[in-house]
This record gives sequence, structure tokens and C-alpha cells, in this order.
Amino acid sequence: MTAEKKRDYKTITEIRELREESLKKIGARIGVGDYDGADIHIMVCGSTGCTSSGSGKLLEKLNLLMAEDGLNEKVAIVKTGCFGLCAEGPIVMVQPGNYMYTQVNPDDLDEIWECHIKGGRPVERLISQNETEFFSKQKRVALRNCGRIDPECIDEYIAFDGYEALSMVLTEMEPEDVIDAIKESGLRGRGGGGFPAGVKWEAAAKQESKEKYICCNADEGDPGAFMDRSILEGDPHSVIEAMAIAGYAVGAHKGFVYIRAEYPIAVERLRTAIAQAREYGLLGKNILGRGFEFDIEIRLGAGAFVCGEGSALMISIEGNRGEPRPKPPRATEKGLFSKPTVLNNVETFANVPQIIVKGVEWYNSIGTEKSKGTKVFAVSGKINNTGLVEIPMGTSLREIIYDIGGGIPGDKKFKAAQTGGPSGGCIPADLIDTPIDYDSLTSLGSMMGSGGLIVMDETTCMVDIAKFFLEFTVEESCGKCPPCRIGTKRMLEIITRITEGKGSMEDLDELEELSEAIQRGALCGLGQSAPNPVLSTMKYFKDEYIAHVRDKKCPAGVCISMLRYIIEKESCKRCGICAKNCPVGAISGSKEWPYVIDQDKCIKCGVCMSKCPFKSIMKNA
Amino acid sequence: MCCENQALMDEMLAKVIEEHKDMPGALIPVLHEAQAIYGYLPEDVMKKISEGLGEPVAKVYGVATFYSQFSLTKKGKFKINVCMGTACYVKGSADILNKLKERLAIEVGECTEDGKFSLDACRCIGACGLAPVITVNDEVYGRLTEADIDDIIDKYEAMEA
Repeated sequence: MTAEKKRDYKTITEIRELREESLKKIGARIGVGDYDGADIHIMVCGSTGCTSSGSGKLLEKLNLLMAEDGLNEKVAIVKTGCFGLCAEGPIVMVQPGNYMYTQVNPDDLDEIWECHIKGGRPVERLISQNETEFFSKQKRVALRNCGRIDPECIDEYIAFDGYEALSMVLTEMEPEDVIDAIKESGLRGRGGGGFPAGVKWEAAAKQESKEKYICCNADEGDPGAFMDRSILEGDPHSVIEAMAIAGYAVGAHKGFVYIRAEYPIAVERLRTAIAQAREYGLLGKNILGRGFEFDIEIRLGAGAFVCGEGSALMISIEGNRGEPRPKPPRATEKGLFSKPTVLNNVETFANVPQIIVKGVEWYNSIGTEKSKGTKVFAVSGKINNTGLVEIPMGTSLREIIYDIGGGIPGDKKFKAAQTGGPSGGCIPADLIDTPIDYDSLTSLGSMMGSGGLIVMDETTCMVDIAKFFLEFTVEESCGKCPPCRIGTKRMLEIITRITEGKGSMEDLDELEELSEAIQRGALCGLGQSAPNPVLSTMKYFKDEYIAHVRDKKCPAGVCISMLRYIIEKESCKRCGICAKNCPVGAISGSKEWPYVIDQDKCIKCGVCMSKCPFKSIMKNA
Repeated sequence: MCCENQALMDEMLAKVIEEHKDMPGALIPVLHEAQAIYGYLPEDVMKKISEGLGEPVAKVYGVATFYSQFSLTKKGKFKINVCMGTACYVKGSADILNKLKERLAIEVGECTEDGKFSLDACRCIGACGLAPVITVNDEVYGRLTEADIDDIIDKYEAMEA
């Protein structure tokens, strides 16, 4: 037994030494001349998108190849977070040199291994052509480590300034200084509302209470949004570090991360990261030996969209049905377990360590006057480069879609982009040059939301999209307050009627009236914003609604009951294939007579159109 | 065999309840674990949880039915989930779902009579780059068209045989 009791934390000096060491080990990856680790780093994306398209098999194969050739010293294989270009997954990046290989299959890997890794000649044929256009207009702050480090290795996080912010805060700053820095940085909540984070922290700090909580909202429920998941999968320590900083600033010693159970990889990485942070004493009773105590617990959501709403989230952590409660009191006064609570979302937290390390002025230099910093968007729908992008606030929608996103497949016409999910609205094609920030989106009747951005082209029906979001809201309404529970249901009935060609012009007025009542009467933010998708599509695409109601037509050819399949007499070769394949016998004709579709019998399944060898059957909206 | 399994599962549940007893807000984590053990939440399991945690049965039932992840009915050996997120929807997941309903002859939320397949529509799983997407247990199938569905189901049918 030694006289000295073993310390269960690392000191700040030790962390800084570890940083130097760790950076040297991965020096080749970032082009540092003087390194002592592997010469080549093969970075394989291990986040949900690329795992789904087979990156796991690539990792297995790489490990086999490395063992066979005995290159363990020379080559490092790193499972990283998301690179962003999810449409082209699985992605493998070889460093140094940023050689990005996309849609890699195991056979390609043999070639990359032989030519590039062993022979030093990159395989031009497989290198992504989109890499430059995709990355050049982006600025990665919240995603800085995604694709750059192994998220399951705390040392790699430490290498890139990891836990330096926490070290600085605990040695050089009073809690008030931290709050001032976050306030001055202009960081606003990235989860939807855009409330200034520093103001929230200050409100909680002012409360007199022994117990306070820091909560992280990782219940990313907006369909089509996967920013927070990617951050947690690619850089979980940034969130842990930020939560500890928030804890120090407001005087809290316990944090909760409320995360969707649908994100198993993110949950696992976060678990690993928390365990590593505890081991280094970066969470625990005496963090960095500075006498500050903070720890984090993970709570899994269980598939309720409403739990992304602040009060519902806390009520769910308490073990109840996640139903929102009226405000005030605000969470900063009476939140989780009735104690003062700060709730920020994942992306908001991910910005915090950088603000501390690089300074308020640096952060202020990015973005627009009222929206500082960057925003991560999950861009999907009718776009070539589906994936995750991080742009400085103020970037235009055109730049996102055409420069970063690579345009719309099949050169179809851009019709609108939907932001903010079921609480947001759409931006039509003629406003494509709008700079994206909190205030410009709100003034257009949409909202920043958490960052889902769905691109729609001319084949998308705007009434159908509004109906889709309403179906979502009706399904996910918690049922506590009548305006949301009953009002959205009535709206859905009306809009369904319209898409079935049974609507009247009065229905449009009623939709507007109901929307206003729900906006004014619903209990929580989700209910109040539920009519937004309808209102904004009605604002910009009123003609489509009118076409459905008055002309009984769906201009985009989506709404099935208004759809007619028609056989073009001139090009029909009277082969009879359509009639044979029609499941309901709605097509008749013969060698002598042109084939026709009996519209009363037709169930609009579209089989005839797909089977016709001469493309003689048309969809007529 | 079945009864031994039952006893083993009950024992595991008792352990889970014991571990979580003093944790604030334990109900949802316990329900998660119980579902992992039994595959769904049968009535008697909810009763045991109610007794173990000292919560009224009504509350346990209320919470279990509020959250869509919890199932009160048995699921199939192969659990099929069709993603109905916006990206998948825009790219035609409704057609995929209809095709599955037709092929399996069950509705959403149901299980085939032989207990092989259950069908659910789920919220965005975040694989939007691969839209439209379905999952069968933990396996993800992306960039699908209706025509792919028969092959996928055939594969699992064959696995059983």
C-alpha cells in the first residue's frame, strides 16, 4: 500500500499533456509533419446512414486486410461520425489528403487497399466528384469533429481542444463570466424557438436552490431531421463538456440527456463517452481536481413526438405520460422535479465549448446581426446530395440547394423547401434567395425549427404535404388540450376532403379560421404551431388548393382520387397487356378496337402504366 | 420449456424492478427493460411493475399506452417497420406500406397468424439518405421500390423454412 491515495481525476496539466501526445499520435491525419502514429488513416463513417448502407462490412474487411498484410503500425482504421454526404454512403476517407471515396463496396475496397494504401496511388475512379462543391460553402462548428475523430475515443476528442473549455472555465472564469460569454456570443437555441441560451442560463443561475438540473433535449422528433443524432454519433463529448460547463455556470450538479430510443448508435456512443469522461474525472465529484461536481444520466424516450416540448420532456423524465403543462412558471424557475432547470438541445450545447475556447468575438464574426454562428440542416427529399450540412447563418436557400446540395435530380423544377417540420412551413421557389436566419424564416411564415429541410419539386403536391404534416400532428397530439386534440383532427378531415376532390371553397375559409383558433388556444408550442404547414402552403400555393376544390384536379398528379389513367389512342398498339394485368378488369378493347379504361372501375393502382411496353398510358391529373 | 422460460423472464423482471426501485422517474426505464425481456408488455407484467414500484396500475397502463414504443400486443418474429418520415414519404413510402399490407394480408400494428411477421409504420429513423426505408428487426433496407418487397419477404420466409 502506498501512502498516497490514488487520485480519481486527471489534473488540467495532465489533460493538456495528453492533448499533445494524442495530437502527435494522429498527426498524419491532419497533415502535421512531426507525428509518431500511423502514416495513413482510413476514416470509415460509422453513423446510422452509412451503417445502413453497409459500412460495417467495410470495417470488418479493412481489419482483415490490415491483419493479412501486417500493416498495423503503418495504417490506422478509424470508425468516425457522419461526413454529411449521406446519399453517397458508405463513405471512406483516406488521410492525409482528404481523399473521399463514396458508395464504396467491398470489391472497391480491395482496389483502394492495393493501389492507394499499399501503392500510394489514389483510385481516381472512385473518388467523389461532389466533395468540393459539398464542403466549400459549409462552415463546421457544431459538426467540427464529425468525420475527423473516433467518437468512441476520448483521447482523440481531447486532441482537438477537447475539454479545454471546461479547463478554462474551472480555472479562469466565475460562473457569471461564463454566462456573460454565452450571452455576448448571441448563441440562440437550435431546437426550434431560438431563445438566447445565455439568458436562459442566467435565469436559472439567479434561482436560489440547492438542486438544479441541466437537461439536454436529444428527442429529435421532426421527421426528416437528423442533426442531433449525427452530433451525438460523431462527437458525443462536445455535448458532455458543454453540459458540465452549463452546470458550473448555473450551479447544477446533475444533468440528464433525454434521447430517442430510435437512435441506438447514438445512445451507445453517448454511454461510452460518459463512462470515459468519468474515468478521466471529467465527470464526477471533483472534476479536474477543482472541487466541482457534475454527472450525467441518460434517459430514453419512448416514441412520443410531444416529448420534444420542454415541459413534456421533463414530465416524461419524471416517469409520466409526456403531456405539456401551462407556463409560467418557466423551467428555469420550476422545471425537472420542480427544480430550476436549463434545457438546451444537442446542437446548442455542441457550440458552447468552441465559444469558450475561440472566444466571443470569433463566434460573433459568423452569421448575421441577430442570428450568430452556424446552423446544421438535414437536407433531404428531392435533392442530389442528401445529407447533413452546416452553414453560416445568412446563407441563402439557393446556395444550400444548388451549390451544396447539387441541385434537384432529373433537372426537375424546384417548387418549395419545407423547414421546421410539423411546426414549420414552406419557402416557395420565388423566395429562394432569402438569407436563412431565425427572423427571416419566421417572417416568411416558416421557422428555423431544429433543422430539417425537405426539398420538393414540381411532382410534389402541396396540399398532400400539408395533409401529411397534419396526419403527423393528429397522431402525435398528446390529447391534453382540446384545440390541438379536436382542432387538428377537424382540419385533417377538411383537408382529406379536399384531396379527395370533395372540398368546397368554404372549406378553405374554415381551415383558416380553425388554424387561428388553434394558434391562439393550444397549450404548448407544438399545438400552437401545428397549423403552420397548412397556413404557409395556403399562403404560397393557394392556386393549388383552388385547383383541388374548384377544378377537382391535382396539378402535381399526386392525389389519387383525382387521378385518371388514360390510354392514348394514337400510340396504343392494341397488344392487350394492360387489360391482362389490370387487377379489377377495368380495361377493355381488342385488336379491332382501341383499349379504354373504365374510370368507374379503375382503382388507380398504376399497374397498366408500368406494364405498357409502348408508354401509351398517361397519368392525367 | 416454455414455463422455464417464463420463470426466467419473471426473475429477470424482478431484478430490474429491484435495481430501479429508488430511482426517481423509474417507470419508463423499467417498461423499456420489461419490453426487452418479454418482447411486449402483457397485462400481468404491468401489474407486477405496478406492485414493484408502488405505482397504481392505471398509471402504468397510462404510460405504456401513451408512448408508441411500448406494445401491448405480441410482435412477430420478424418485426417490419416502414419509415413514414417526410423524406421517405416524399419518395413513396406509402406505396411500400400498401404493398406490404397486401403481401402479408395484415394491417399496420398487426401480426401474421403464424407469428412470423408484424407490420408497423414508424417515425423517421434518420436514414433519410436511403429513403424510402424499411427495417426488418435490425436490418435496414433502403432505396426501395414496391418491386423489392416480395424479394425481401421471400428471403425471411425462406429463413424460417
